[in-house]
Amino acid sequence: MVADPVLLQAVAELFPNGISRYAVGGLLVGLGTVLIYVGTGIPAGASTFLESTLSYVSGQSRFQRYVGSRDWRLVFTAGIVLGGLAFAATFQSGVVTSSLYEPGTTGQLYEVAGVTLWTTDVQPWRLFLGGILVGIGTRVGKGCTSGHGVCGVGSASKTSLVGVATFLTVAIGTAQVVAALGVSP
Amino acid sequence: MADRHPLFKPLVFVGGIIFGFGLGFSHMARPEVVVNFLLFEDLGLPFVMFGAAIVSGVAFALLPRVRDAAPLTGDPYERRLKPFDRNVLVGGAVFGVGWGLSGICPGAAYASLGVGNVTILWALGGMFVGAYAQGYWRSRSGTRDAAAAGAD
Repeated sequence: MVADPVLLQAVAELFPNGISRYAVGGLLVGLGTVLIYVGTGIPAGASTFLESTLSYVSGQSRFQRYVGSRDWRLVFTAGIVLGGLAFAATFQSGVVTSSLYEPGTTGQLYEVAGVTLWTTDVQPWRLFLGGILVGIGTRVGKGCTSGHGVCGVGSASKTSLVGVATFLTVAIGTAQVVAALGVSP
Repeated sequence: MADRHPLFKPLVFVGGIIFGFGLGFSHMARPEVVVNFLLFEDLGLPFVMFGAAIVSGVAFALLPRVRDAAPLTGDPYERRLKPFDRNVLVGGAVFGVGWGLSGICPGAAYASLGVGNVTILWALGGMFVGAYAQGYWRSRSGTRDAAAAGAD
């Protein structure tokens, strides 16, 4: 390989935080998915939890179809939350360090009981309004970033590849428009 | 369903922990990082989703050749294949607007809560509102369709 300094500079600008934290994170997301799949045969997605959990409080037929899976989906989501906390207590708190982990500069850090926690600067109205659309879109569209993006793409499902291409393209367009309108953060 | 293997939920829990740790480590649990990717300011994010897809893809391809059924459920190993229809495009587009506006998707939102992002409760609340709205509407139109079909 020839190390062209101009090329290296261009690559560094495209990846200001490197790629290792993303690749390692993706590897772990994949391992979590595979562990569940090996044991249960279930390619688990994250967004069904929204509807399956609503089945505890609503008798609508759309939610009741998930009664059989709602308990383990709650367990899966509790695991995801705890996994985030485990990351916060280790790498985010600086207790564990690695050359593969790039801390970054986004948002606000704060401490509770010796654990460094993080919170976003993105405005609540964006999170709430965006969240409503994510809730509608992932359920109508048969999957989210994990269901379509990880399990569906991993299955070479044409439906999921089209789904991912759709939400990725629209998300890029939306974020560009929102930024052009001067909304930040 | 009720007589699942005693290790079923513990395994799902451990899988969820690894999954959530990965979302934290990758910073995909931070809406700013997702928005920065969508604005082409940091192109690292696809390594998360596609990296995970490659890992799961290897397992999805290999396991059916190694074993007939999953040990904890007895279910056969199958790929995740869903039928294509207009909903995939409509729902995908609505999800895309929401993801582009907020920078957060469901799995990343759960992990975000874990890394301490209390503000993400706005997004989680919104997701439940949206999921309820579409479920309410589709339950009703589903009942209507069934009634119409039954009337024939």
